[in-house]
Amino acid sequence: MTVLFRKHKQLEAQIDEYLDLVVQGGLLFKQGVKLYLQGRLEEFETRLQQLQEMEEKGDELRRHIETKLYLRTLIPESRGDVLGLLESSDKVLNRITETLLQISVEIPDIPDDLDPLYNDLAEYAISTVEGMVKAIRAYFRDLTSVRDNINQVLFYRKETNKTAENFKRAVFRRELRLSHKIHLRYFAYHAELIAEEAEDVCDRLSIATIKRYI
Amino acid sequence: MIWFFLISGLFLGWSLGANDAANVFGTAVGTRMVRFKVAALISSLFVILGAVMAGSGTTETLGALGAVDAIAGSFTVALMAAITVAWMTRTALPVSTTQAIVGAIIGWDFFTRSPIDLRVLSKIIGSWILSPVLAALLAMALYFIFRCCLNRARIHMLRLDAYTRTGLILVGALGAYSLGANNIANVMGVFVHASPFQDVHVFDLFVFSGTRQLFLLGGVAIAVGIYTYSQRMMTTVGNDIFQLTPVLALIVVLAQSLVLLIFASKSLQGALIAIGLPPIPLVPVSSSQAIIGAILGVGLVKGGKGLNYRILFKISLGWILTPVMAAVLSFIALFFMQNVFELEVIHKESPHPVAQRVERVDRADAGDALPHHEPERPAARPLHQADDPVIWNPNQPNELVGQDGNQTPGPAGRRMNPADSLVERQAMTVADSLHVVVADTTVPPYRQNELNKP
Repeated sequence: MTVLFRKHKQLEAQIDEYLDLVVQGGLLFKQGVKLYLQGRLEEFETRLQQLQEMEEKGDELRRHIETKLYLRTLIPESRGDVLGLLESSDKVLNRITETLLQISVEIPDIPDDLDPLYNDLAEYAISTVEGMVKAIRAYFRDLTSVRDNINQVLFYRKETNKTAENFKRAVFRRELRLSHKIHLRYFAYHAELIAEEAEDVCDRLSIATIKRYI
Repeated sequence: MIWFFLISGLFLGWSLGANDAANVFGTAVGTRMVRFKVAALISSLFVILGAVMAGSGTTETLGALGAVDAIAGSFTVALMAAITVAWMTRTALPVSTTQAIVGAIIGWDFFTRSPIDLRVLSKIIGSWILSPVLAALLAMALYFIFRCCLNRARIHMLRLDAYTRTGLILVGALGAYSLGANNIANVMGVFVHASPFQDVHVFDLFVFSGTRQLFLLGGVAIAVGIYTYSQRMMTTVGNDIFQLTPVLALIVVLAQSLVLLIFASKSLQGALIAIGLPPIPLVPVSSSQAIIGAILGVGLVKGGKGLNYRILFKISLGWILTPVMAAVLSFIALFFMQNVFELEVIHKESPHPVAQRVERVDRADAGDALPHHEPERPAARPLHQADDPVIWNPNQPNELVGQDGNQTPGPAGRRMNPADSLVERQAMTVADSLHVVVADTTVPPYRQNELNKP
């Protein structure tokens, strides 16, 4: 029996590995933001490098999984949904990497008193990603808990929006140059985009889940 | 010549393979869970196995409905059933091979003025209602069982996919076996009484009977139908009535296979009798009806919203039209066969229909089991207790034999020929009421005396 389903097990493990990469990417982002706000730029750069490697590995793994799903004509009914989920979750990982890279390139000057707010923003944005990954895992194994995880994502998405709004209000009510204000707004917006991408994945997931109910 | 006549049966087998095999593997192939080549190979193999190993039960029931015993009669009946199937398929009405052959046999009964055994007929028509209902109920039950198990087991989607594929292949094999066992009677049942095959002894190990050789031939015809024409049907079946997921497809095919097996299994029938329950008749049921019943079952259990009622109405219409059309066509074709081509559509030396009727009544009294081999007979009927009973042997129609076995001339009015007109048949019935015992030629000679015991 084990031999019979070995290939399926391998693919299962690869999908899990890919989702692990997305979660780890989120953790590296959180850590990177924290290090940046603390001014530990060298360690921040190391995290960014790790994140970029992880993103590349994720891309490779995703392509491998997609090829296998097509070649072996596995899960014919849900294949389109699964591939869509993998691709859109890859976009989330790309967005995380891109945001951290932009911080590294543009070195935004965040006022010290806004550090906790930006840190919260990063935390909430990554919480949506973690919820998204949990929901995807549930989609593969336990359909009944997909909904709970999606609700969690929606909650953190709202928190991210609220925090981003607070951050932007705080920035624009300060005595700063307009270019500086717009620059900071841009980084809040990018953190929001991470949460938005994760929410899009969950929207797709809720439809795919309905289709999977027998 | 006999091989030419068998062509109509093979044609019917081909159309059964092309149409009904799609019911077994259609959902699996349609949902791309099983490749057509795999489906065709498995279904062909198991249809043949089912036909050869377990095809006799339902054949007896069809034989009881009308023992078509002349090869030209068998040819016409099978051909008209096949034409009905082909015609209905062309007009896009869902068709049942079982209904077509039953209708064609009834047409033969009417034409030859053979008495229709209403008990058998009601059994068959009852099964047409019972089988979709049973399939729907089984599918509903299986749906709840599957849903409960899957929610608890939390199997990964990919592994579930693997299990479903394996399940579809195994259940498809069971379905194909059941289809062969249950529906071979439709294809070759009418040729059993006119079978050209002799029993073959294989190294004194077992006997490959003529009937089984006939069923093997029919099975091969079904397999050819599967390979040559079922692919298109397989890829379209299932989704017209209700959109099925692979797991639902598995449930539907499992329910259908179980229904076909229930109506073909002698062991199950024996078991039900043994525990005092009413036996399920061994009747060739329609795989199309069973699969539609099963799809309807899961559709209803899921709220009935996705069901296509227009298609369901069309299907119901087809279920009524098929047997009627086959009966009418069969009647007309038999008329031409006998009067234009001057071919014998009923065997002149065959047991008289009344003799068959007595045999059937005896069998029914013996528990309604209709066994395919030598039946266990009850003690002689009260008929024999009459004074001076006389035995009429259809193989020696001009001789009447006394109860002691001595030839007695008997009254002139009792000398009858079974191939004679309705008047003679009515006379036979009168003779029956006058306590004339009709010798049963299906019982071996050494057991004939048992019939005559008081």
